[in-house]
Amino acid sequence: MTLPAPRASATQFDTNELVINMGPQHPSTHGVLRVVLRLDGERVVDADCVIGYIHRGIEKLCENRDWTHIVLLTDRMDYVAAATNNLGYVEAVEKLMQVEVPRRARYIRTILAELQRIASHCLWLGTHAMDIGAMSVLMYAFRERELVLDLFEEMCGARLTYNSMRVGGLPLDVPPGWDTRARAFCDLMESKLDDYEMLLTNNRIWLQRTKNIGVISGDEAIGLGLCGPPLRGSGVSRDLRKDEPNAAYAEFDFDVPLGTHGDTYDRYLIRMEEFRQSIRIIRQGLDGIPEGPIMGKVPRLLKPPAGETYHAIESPKGELGYFLVSDGKSTNPYRFRVRPPSFCNLQGLKRLVTGHLVADVVALIGTIDIVLGEVDR
Amino acid sequence: MPGAKVHWTGRDGDRYLMSDETKPDAPAPESSGGASEKPSRSSNAGDVAGAAKPVTPPGGATAGAPAVAKPAAAARPKPRPKPPPEPPTGPPDPAPPEDMALAPVVTAVQDAVPGAIQQVSYWVGDWTIIVATDRLLDVMGFLKDDEGTSFDYCSDVTAIDWPPRDKRFDVSYCLYSTRLRHRVRVKVRVGESDPVESVTGLWPAANWLEREVFDQFGINIVHHPDLRRILMPDEWQGFPQRKDYPLEGPGELLMESPQDWLRLRNLPDEAESSADTDESEIE
Repeated sequence: MTLPAPRASATQFDTNELVINMGPQHPSTHGVLRVVLRLDGERVVDADCVIGYIHRGIEKLCENRDWTHIVLLTDRMDYVAAATNNLGYVEAVEKLMQVEVPRRARYIRTILAELQRIASHCLWLGTHAMDIGAMSVLMYAFRERELVLDLFEEMCGARLTYNSMRVGGLPLDVPPGWDTRARAFCDLMESKLDDYEMLLTNNRIWLQRTKNIGVISGDEAIGLGLCGPPLRGSGVSRDLRKDEPNAAYAEFDFDVPLGTHGDTYDRYLIRMEEFRQSIRIIRQGLDGIPEGPIMGKVPRLLKPPAGETYHAIESPKGELGYFLVSDGKSTNPYRFRVRPPSFCNLQGLKRLVTGHLVADVVALIGTIDIVLGEVDR
Repeated sequence: MPGAKVHWTGRDGDRYLMSDETKPDAPAPESSGGASEKPSRSSNAGDVAGAAKPVTPPGGATAGAPAVAKPAAAARPKPRPKPPPEPPTGPPDPAPPEDMALAPVVTAVQDAVPGAIQQVSYWVGDWTIIVATDRLLDVMGFLKDDEGTSFDYCSDVTAIDWPPRDKRFDVSYCLYSTRLRHRVRVKVRVGESDPVESVTGLWPAANWLEREVFDQFGINIVHHPDLRRILMPDEWQGFPQRKDYPLEGPGELLMESPQDWLRLRNLPDEAESSADTDESEIE
């Protein structure tokens, strides 16, 4: 969808420009995001994101809760990837307290995080494809996402906000037979991925709507602070699972897919490959899951020593960082800060949409994969 | 086992604190004038524990005071109200151990920008350098451009509020190098109206992050291309992440009359009674 550059006369007169609000109630903004677009005809001249519609002050709330209670609140940030949020938080506290986590717990955490990545990417794939016009993919992707949610329900009793981890380990061990069902899911998912790819990867409409849309170079993406698949789509090799391995990622064998063009299509391909790599990690985890305890030695009442730390993990959206400050006296964090990947990726939207058509804004919001619960917190 | 229960012990300044077994029935230190007219949950708990009234005051007490606390308090003498814990005056920022070599990043900054580093800190594997506010851009420019450091990625910008301290805010920048794969944290200490240079010119990523710092803490960031509120509405008064901002928020009064709200914030004792009169006037 390349059009000739706008005529010089068209950009000189304000009268030709139209300012419209996209959102906050718009189905393709994936929540309550408002984008104020300045248009020259169909072409976007400028865009301004207005966020904060579901700002709940989670950071402030967490600063007034016990260290153990906060796990529950982290679920509510990126609510389509709650287990990953739990993982980042408990690992940050463990780093602050220098707690040793049993190997079995780290394995199960890794498996949960990767299942969560599959669920999150399923939701992304379905909504992204539907935004662009491929309705049926949504149905298929949500069908498989349900299976992941079933596995989570069996594991920890909830389908969306899991509260699935504790500082020092896990609250519950895997139920009997769970690993067999998880393995069966991996086999099923692999065949379904081929179905998705058959529907989209070589689809002519899909190619036209995604190729050369929202192209961004690697250097520019780094400068803008993009993270996760949008950064890797521009060919920057940065995956915190490899670079700063947390949980049990160091023991697993997996690849980090990288894009070459930095366009929407590359970001799509990367996430499709991440599905497969996640399945690979889950299989290795299920094969090698060690026996042993699932909780390390932690006191019942957590009081980390005074100090501060920043711990980041690779969530499905990108670098999810927790910056925690403990004053060493009270049982709540003195400062609780989340570095939300969606927030930082959304910042790049202005750069991505400028010069494209209004219809591409929808595709570009989809490609950076935001969850407003995490952007606004 | 008293430790199994969590009591709301009342207010410490504007922060709710949650106690543990060390304070089984600590009465609330709340002494606001409005407490007698509008008894809050915590002050009721204090009455019950202290005077051991046989009649439960209507409202609040059943929700706030656990039933087990009552006989225990009646049997024992009146517990002395514990003073609220002293607020921390600042981060510990522990120095690295004596036998530990400084990270190459730190020594590089020490050599390239002499005198800029006020303090070096190391804790659980994270290096932090605290620099003078007026040298921030020099240090940041060096960290970004130098071959040996090459911090091309700005992970996070945030702030921490330490109200008793003279320069009450720490502004903290988490930097990362995608080439060398190392991290460092840079901090500056600023007072309430001290200017902090924006680092947006070095990392465009800092744009929204600095807007959030301004929005939530009210830190005076200068030379920022687009300094507006980001999470809160544009007309919001006050800065929610500050420690002296009430956890429950200002309530509806803020939206109706921001000036009144600001005045009431400065006069906390009159807050509730004035709020009542305001409401009646509106009605």
